[in-house]
This record gives sequence, structure tokens and C-alpha cells, in this order.
Amino acid sequence: MISLPSTIKISFRALRVNKMRSVLTMLGIIIGVGAVIAMLAVGAGASHRISGQIASMGSNLLLVLPGSMTAGGLRLGAGTRATLNIGDAETIVKECPAVTAVAPILNGAAQVVYGDSNWATAIFGTMPEILTVRDWNLASGRFFNDQDIRNATKVAVLGQTVVGSLFGNMDPVGSIIRIKKVPFTVIGVLESKGQSAMGQDQDDIIYIPISTAQKKIFGVTIPGMVRSILVKAGSSDDLTASERQITELLRQRHRIGEQQENDFTVRNLTQIMQAAEESSRVMALLLGAVASVSLLVGGIGIMNIMLVSVTERTREIGIRMAVGAKTWDIRFQFIIEALTLSLTGGILGILLGIAASEALSALAQWPTVISSLSILLAFGFSGLVGIFFGFYPAYKASRLNPIEALRYE
Amino acid sequence: MRFLETKELYKIYEVGGQEVHALDGVSVAIDRGEFVAIMGPSGSGKSTFMNIIGCLDEPTRGDYFLDGIEVAGLDRDELAEIRNRKVGFVFQGFNLLPRTSALENVELPMLYNNLSAAERKKRAMDALRMLGLKGREQHAPSQLSGGQQQRVAIARALANEAPLLLADEPTGNLDTKTSVEIMELLKGLNSASGITIVLVTHEPEIAAYSRRIIRFRDGRVQSDEATGSS
Repeated sequence: MISLPSTIKISFRALRVNKMRSVLTMLGIIIGVGAVIAMLAVGAGASHRISGQIASMGSNLLLVLPGSMTAGGLRLGAGTRATLNIGDAETIVKECPAVTAVAPILNGAAQVVYGDSNWATAIFGTMPEILTVRDWNLASGRFFNDQDIRNATKVAVLGQTVVGSLFGNMDPVGSIIRIKKVPFTVIGVLESKGQSAMGQDQDDIIYIPISTAQKKIFGVTIPGMVRSILVKAGSSDDLTASERQITELLRQRHRIGEQQENDFTVRNLTQIMQAAEESSRVMALLLGAVASVSLLVGGIGIMNIMLVSVTERTREIGIRMAVGAKTWDIRFQFIIEALTLSLTGGILGILLGIAASEALSALAQWPTVISSLSILLAFGFSGLVGIFFGFYPAYKASRLNPIEALRYE
Repeated sequence: MRFLETKELYKIYEVGGQEVHALDGVSVAIDRGEFVAIMGPSGSGKSTFMNIIGCLDEPTRGDYFLDGIEVAGLDRDELAEIRNRKVGFVFQGFNLLPRTSALENVELPMLYNNLSAAERKKRAMDALRMLGLKGREQHAPSQLSGGQQQRVAIARALANEAPLLLADEPTGNLDTKTSVEIMELLKGLNSASGITIVLVTHEPEIAAYSRRIIRFRDGRVQSDEATGSS
């Protein structure tokens, strides 16, 4: 059996003889591999961005909203009726084993004033548990505690955007701001979270104790009423169980009969985001599949050229057979030749794909992520293409009759 | 057991529904170290005979022994192995690999023989030197004259130390002067190293270099006689 280094040497010589032809043949693989790499990078970039957004929203979240109000036959949509209160939130965390933390929320928009600057932002009255629920940390200062809730103290924790708009580069902790003309002491600043999945600025927010919000800012018709309850489940596997437990519990607490509709809704936020992530993954796979069709076309190009090469070199094959080349010596030679074409094309294609992804993120601002797995996959796939499409020409070469091959002109 | 022996060889082709007997019961025996010329008009079966004893083709019927090996009935790869170890070919058209140096052409049979690269090179260099091609090792066939190309082909046959050299019209593409040189070379190799040479030719002057002439006609051995050559 002929040795591998000798075979590789023979292949390189044969490919060098027809440089132009070899390069054109490789081009099919280069474009195919490049397209696969770039498409996978775009897809991975998209799902990476979405999973980043899921992480910033807080993981394993459920949102409980009050039911709809019916006024004169008109149903006014979710959240229009005051059916949820602080008691609901407290009972959920106590009685639903799949739930680890809850944060009731009473929110609204308000103008905030500091010195001579002012800013319209979202005011969220909530409980200290909100930090756990949303996986959020403080940048400086402290968050309000249970005592602040009990006493309905006038303290506020600001998001980064609010700090930037009102204080510029100053440290706001300790300053007094006015929310709807009520003075509040700033006690802490949240870390930046960036955009949400829906494109909202999550840092444009002020957290105040829910009791303060109820009594001093928004005023509520029913004591203890909240606008929503944010619930964190123990893990993503607990989401469905939490949803069921919360529904059962609230139906019971709200005395809803068998035939009646719920006066609240439970939304699985994480599931919605995961669906978005899943669909972006499927999109990436589809793009990759389309791109790999061009890889297949490149493979057919290799087979075409290898068949031409076998015919052109019939005499060479005859000579090799006459001096003792066996079936697999000949096959090996042509497969290695096809493999050299496809792997060289593969390497160049990977470089092209990386360059294309970089260009996409630089010019079109698309996030792209090139994983080593996709590079490995593309390289392996181009190798497989070489072996697969090189085999038939190699097989044909090895079946030649040495006498006829020697006589071939 | 003789070095090369055929018994009742038949090679039958089917052409347009008619059987053609390219070989029609050929029994020949050749000893180690002989220098045999095979002559005959076209279609006499001499090429078919050469292909079979060179293990490039198989007989339809009959036995063939080469160096103690029963060749008939072997598969493609076994035939390739025997060609590699036992047979060196010299063709009318030289049949060297184009764009490949003389050295690498001579090394070619040894590539399929598991010899180390160093050993391959040493043997190829020795063979080229012996044939007066020192200094031309790196020349491609296109840079060599016809006589030199045929010497490279002979070096290729010798370097692998095959005991049988088959030459099919080796001087057919050469001028008279070069033909004489090549034939003197073959004759010298035969008497010096004892390599067995079987030569196909239709020129009596070329056949005269051998010590035995076998004439073919219609697929049969017509005559088999020693020449006056020493």
C-alpha cells in the first residue's frame, strides 16, 4: 500500500498542474462553507441576543394580571379591574411550593423633579423581593426594606437612565427628588440592565415602597390593590406547575365558581421569550440548511472535475497499475485529491465566512456569534463532501482495465 | 519447475457473436536468465501472450506459472502485487509519467512496495547511474531524448529488482543508432545481472540480439528456435 505522504505529494502535484481549474473547483466549496459559517453566525447572534434579554428580564418569570372590567357590555381588556391585592401576593409565595419569590407591583407614570431638571418616568411601587425576582443588583446605596414598607417611607431607588437624566454624573444617593410634588430621599441606584426584548429601556424606572405608592402617589380605590404580581418559579421546569398552583389558589381566594371565568390572567413571560429564542434558532438552522445546499453544489463541482481528471489521466492510471498499484492505491490517490480540494476550500471558506460575519456586524449592525462548533462542523462537512463526491471518480479510476488504460491516447 | 511456464493457454474473445481465439493453446517454458524474442505478424497473438505473462491480463483457459506462482485465477490486486514484485515493463511509447522527474519515475514501482523513502531514492539513483543518466535525475520526460526516456523506463524496471523484464517493441519509436544502443544495453544487462528478458518485436535485426526466437501465428507457436547470438 502506498504511503500517505507520497499520496498527498502526488495530489498536490496534480492540482498544481491545473491551478486555475483547481481554484475554480474550490470556489464552490469556499462559497458554500463561507455561507454556512456566516448564516450560523447570524442565527447564533440573534438567539444570543434574545437569551441575553431573557437573562436581563429575570429568569423563570410569571406575570399575574387582574381580569378585565366590563362596563356597559364593553370588556375593557386585561388589567382594567382591581382584582389583585397584596394579600394575593403574600398567599402565592406561602402556598405555592413551585414559587420562590413574588413582588406585587403598583405602577404608573409621573413627572420627577430634581432641582431645576425634570423627567417623566415609570414609578413602580413594589416590595424588596423585586430584586430577587428580576435578578437585579444595586450599583450603589441600599434598597428599601420591610420596615420601609410598613412605615410607607418616602424613599426611592433609581434606574440608571433616571440618574443620567436628573443628576448627570453626580451621585444621587442622599438627594431629595419630588415625585408628583411629594419629596423622596434617594437611597440607592440600580445596575444597568439595557433594553428589554420589546425594546423598552429597563433602566428608565424608579422603585418606591408599594405602601408609599398606594397611599401617597397613586391612591387606590380598594385598599391593598396592586396592578400586577411578578412571580419567580424555582426553575424553568417549575413554570407550568407554578402557573397551575397560582390559578387554583387565586380562584379559591377570589371565590370563583366552577362555571365562572377567571378574574385574572397568568402569563408565562419566560415561555414567551423561549419561544422567540426557539424560533430564532429554527431560523438559523433554516438559513444554514439553505447555505449547505451550495456546499452540496460545490461537492458536485468537485466530482465533475475529478471525473474529467480521471479521464485525462487514464494513461497515468494505466502506468501506475502496470507497476503494481492496487485498487485502493488508485482510489486513495483520487480520494485524497478530492479531499485536498474540499478541505483547502473548506479552510478558505471558513476564513471567508468569518470575514463575512464581521462585515455583517460592522455594516448592518447584526449581532453575529461564530462558534468553534460551527467551524468544526463546516470543516468536517467539507471533508465529507470531498470523500463522498471523490469516491465515484476514484472508483471509476480503480476499475479501469490496465491494458486499455496504457493504450489510451 | 521452470521460471516461466504456460500450459495450453487459451484467450478467447467474443466479437459480434463470433469466437476469436487470440491464443489457441500456447505452451511455452522459459528459464531464468534467458533472452527471448517473440515475433509474429499483427494479430498473431504475441501481444495477448505478453499481456498474460506480464500479469496484465488473464487467460480464458490454461495454466501459467511465474517464479513458482500459479497466476491463473488470481484477482486484480494479487496480479498487481505480482507485477510489482516480479515484472518490469518497457513499452514502445516509454510510458513515463509526464511532468515527473526521471528519479520519481524510477521510484514509482517502489512507491507501491512499502520501501522507505531513503531506500527508494538510493535504488533509483543507482539504476539511473548504471544506465548512464547521472545528472539527469531531475529532468522531466519532456526534457529527455527518446533514447534517454527509454533508459529511464529500463531503470524503472530494474530498480525494483524484478526478475522478469518484458519489453514490448522497445525500439519502435527510436532511430537506428539509438535502437542499437538500447539493444546492446538490454543484452549487457541480461548477461551481467541474469535478468530474464522477453522482447516483442517484428524487426529481425532487433530479434537477433536475443538467444531464442519464438514465432507466433494465428494464436499458436509456429516455431521456437535458438539464434546464433551468444
